[in-house]
Amino acid sequence: MKRPPKDNLASNRVISRRALIVGASQLAIAGVLTMRMRNLQLEQADTFRLLADENRINIKLLAPARGLIHDRNGTLLAGNEQNYRITMTREEAGDIEEVLANLAQLIPLTETQIAEAVREMNNRSAFVPVTIADRLSWDDIAKVTVNAPALPGVTADVGLSRFYPRGSDMAHVVGYVGPVSDYDLSRIESPDPLLQIPKFQIGKTGIENKMETELRGSAGTRQIEVNAIGRVMRELSREEGIPGSDLQLTIDADLQRYVEARLDGESAGAVVIDLENGDLRSIVSSPSFDPNLFVRGISVADWQGLNENPYRPLAAKAVQGIYPPGSTFKMITALAAVEDGVVDPEETVLCRGFTEVAGTRFHCWKSGGHGNMNLHDSLKHSCDCYYYEICQRVGIDKIAAMARRFGLGIRHDLPLSAVASGLAPDKEWKTKTHGEDWRIGDTVNASIGQGYVLASPLQLAVMAARLATGRTITPRLINAIDGVRVPIPEAEPIGVNENTLRRIRAAMDAVVNSNRGTAYGARITEVEMRMAGKTGTSQVRRITAEERARGVTRNADLPWERRDHALFVSFAPADNPKYAVAVVVEHGGGGSAVAAPIARDIVLQALYEGPPPLSAYPSAMRGRISEQQRKIEEHMPAGSVAMNDRA
Amino acid sequence: MIAPDMSYLEHNVKSVPTGLRKLLYLNWSIVLLLTAIAGSGFVMLYSVAGGSMTPWLQPQMVRFALGLAVMLIIAMVPIWFWRNVSAFGYIVSLLLLVAVELFGETRMGAQRWIDLGFMVLQPSELAKITLVMFLAAYYDWLPLNKRSHIIWVIIPVLIIMVPSALVINQPDLGTALLMMIGGGTIMFLAGVHWGYFAFVIGSGVAMIWAVMESRGQAWQILKDYQYRRIETFLDPSQDPLGAGYHITQAKIALGSGGMTGRGFMQGTQSRLNFLPEKHTDFIFTTLAEEFGFIGAAGLLALYIVLLAFCFISALQNKDRFGSLVTLGIAMTFFLYFAVNMSMVMGMAPVVGVPLPMVSYGGSAMLVLMVGFGLVQSAHVHRPR
Repeated sequence: MKRPPKDNLASNRVISRRALIVGASQLAIAGVLTMRMRNLQLEQADTFRLLADENRINIKLLAPARGLIHDRNGTLLAGNEQNYRITMTREEAGDIEEVLANLAQLIPLTETQIAEAVREMNNRSAFVPVTIADRLSWDDIAKVTVNAPALPGVTADVGLSRFYPRGSDMAHVVGYVGPVSDYDLSRIESPDPLLQIPKFQIGKTGIENKMETELRGSAGTRQIEVNAIGRVMRELSREEGIPGSDLQLTIDADLQRYVEARLDGESAGAVVIDLENGDLRSIVSSPSFDPNLFVRGISVADWQGLNENPYRPLAAKAVQGIYPPGSTFKMITALAAVEDGVVDPEETVLCRGFTEVAGTRFHCWKSGGHGNMNLHDSLKHSCDCYYYEICQRVGIDKIAAMARRFGLGIRHDLPLSAVASGLAPDKEWKTKTHGEDWRIGDTVNASIGQGYVLASPLQLAVMAARLATGRTITPRLINAIDGVRVPIPEAEPIGVNENTLRRIRAAMDAVVNSNRGTAYGARITEVEMRMAGKTGTSQVRRITAEERARGVTRNADLPWERRDHALFVSFAPADNPKYAVAVVVEHGGGGSAVAAPIARDIVLQALYEGPPPLSAYPSAMRGRISEQQRKIEEHMPAGSVAMNDRA
Repeated sequence: MIAPDMSYLEHNVKSVPTGLRKLLYLNWSIVLLLTAIAGSGFVMLYSVAGGSMTPWLQPQMVRFALGLAVMLIIAMVPIWFWRNVSAFGYIVSLLLLVAVELFGETRMGAQRWIDLGFMVLQPSELAKITLVMFLAAYYDWLPLNKRSHIIWVIIPVLIIMVPSALVINQPDLGTALLMMIGGGTIMFLAGVHWGYFAFVIGSGVAMIWAVMESRGQAWQILKDYQYRRIETFLDPSQDPLGAGYHITQAKIALGSGGMTGRGFMQGTQSRLNFLPEKHTDFIFTTLAEEFGFIGAAGLLALYIVLLAFCFISALQNKDRFGSLVTLGIAMTFFLYFAVNMSMVMGMAPVVGVPLPMVSYGGSAMLVLMVGFGLVQSAHVHRPR
């Protein structure tokens, strides 16, 4: 190609000129880029450094070990067991269906478990471990570990979970834990970050619930570096949490077990208080349930079984069940009247079998009447008419005030679920809640613990304790926290004339130990161990005039839920009281026939710290008692609930 | 002295070095700078792989060695040979672009690749070089006084638009825009009248103004969703979890580098996968995170120095084809890193443009080495 040199020179000039323009523009753009780098990397460096750290550092919580619960003698009531489980990560497993099929040949897996696992794995990121099976036996774990090459992505893992070695014995006292629910979270104002851990277990009922703060401990933290999709790359730091506090209860696990066994078959509550310091030695509600079921996640069948049982195993009857106290309330009425000076203890009231008050006839339990009754005899025979008379003199307000002094109608502050406050009714209460005036008939009913009066077995036990000691015994349940003893509240004198109290105690002694007393059948024949008490039989139905005319239907002929409640309050030994016991048997029939023998057996068990000698029982009964002791022995499971057999 | 009946080039062929002596006349500064830039790429690929030769560093080193060899071979061949085959090369690229349309492999939602068996070829990368060559050859052939004539302006516009249209169709708007800007720059360098550029830029601005202005008016040009798409394209922060996520993470990586960086292999953003495409298009963020402002500005300086050597070589070259090819390759190179850096720094929309010689990837590096082979050939065979 030929071309004039002039053309070339001109062309080179043009190119050079324009190349300089292009080059200058490029330099300008490079300058802008440098400015941008400067802005991002120097001026905003701190902001972005912070953002980068936030991006990558993730704080994970470490669940602390939950505090242990022991009984007064150091027996474990609630502990933490190692829980073997199998987890699986989708990413490492590859074909999850196949791996699960292999797994199912080694360990028991149900169809639903497999389906659940597949669903869970598909819903979550590929690298998140999903729990396939929980609470496996060591054998199963060993099988899985040995076959690891055939099970990619499957890992055996160990965690802590709650268990209750005493099973149903302590269910209503200790309660149980369960995974935290949205409902739980909604009730807590500033939730502990621990609660955000999936399936974190918190106390649901009983001490586990009320002492949650002490038992939980505080979370440890683990700083981990994560990448953009949340995969853990490495651990940066780890700070172990503080384990929860260990609790020691005042409960005596062996006595508790005995009472539980003794109440077997009844719907009942029983409370034993140590009169020295108010220690609750035993709080039993029967029937009970196995709290371990709830920790593991209760099956629908078990749940229905518990809910549909007419004896309501889930109810802690000893503290939350409230019953008309019946004749066990008569001590309160008597004390109120004598303290007020309107009745002299020796003064007699004639019992004709009924008392006419404001045109209504109130019957004594003994249709023929008791004749002339003074305070002592009225308690011994449990005459109702005596109380119909004296209550009208003292008035309901003073009776209610006396009831509260003895622990009825007030809520005892115990770390248990739904501690009932019961009811010691007065005029003001009725106006407020019913909008009606208090009537004299209400006082008459209340005087024998019927009508509006309601009390829990715990309250009745406190009443018995205060009657026996003349001091304001306060029930205690937590003996020590982390080995530090919980102070025992000072038991002030109750402020009732000691002579009157002595009369009441003597009458209660006579109830059991005088051959005309209502609980004579439940007497203890060892003189130093003598029990004093008071029976109660509270009606749950109304006896019509018509029924009374043809003779009151016997309890045994009534359907269970319409039978009377059987109650008994007691303390022993009568001369030097050590324990107060209250027993309520729902729809049990008569207090003397049903509740009193139970209380006697319990108090003997407590006094002898084990099975009492037969010599404590009247000779005629010894055969039957020894048979009963043998049966209870059989019923009581030896040792703790097997822990490893949990596949 | 130049004989009047002899072509400038023909005359000078005689003083051009021959045989292996050509190696001595290579522009070794450019070779060294390319090696330095590729070397910094190696360092980064080693780092993003978490301190491993695989999966990226080793293939990349092999490619670079291959690229150097290709560059040297091209450099040995006289520049006029390349001028003579440029039309052929252009047509081959067009055919490949059509072929990729028909048989191409789809990756990342766009048809851009042809598997040649021994390597995958991205025809649009090749087309960038052949377009530069063909335009340079065109202006080398065209007498100076004709180049601003309307007919002779329309022809190169068509030369640019045909491959660009094929690339847009892939769809790869980013590469197409780069080709148009690169081609336009050669026309500008060749001396086409200012008026044309003023007209194109002016009408482009007017068109954009019209499109944006029409929004919400009775004569709205685009649909509503198209406007929204444009908005996200221009400002990814409006879509923080989608397109904006990458840009935000990239900015965090850059910014957290500070002046001196977090140290080699210490960049948390890239090592922890917060960055997308950390070994390809976003590799600059890793470099900036680990080596800070010093490292980032240092790489930019290397690029600028490389460009400066190309410009010096081009301005010294009295051969019009060689000069234009050198400047065109330099411009292409500039567009690569300028667009890539703007993109990762949140100044430009995310269009798949690699950081030249640093990003992992075969086609782009090889094509650039071919381009620098032409630059070297022009340098070695320049008239003396």
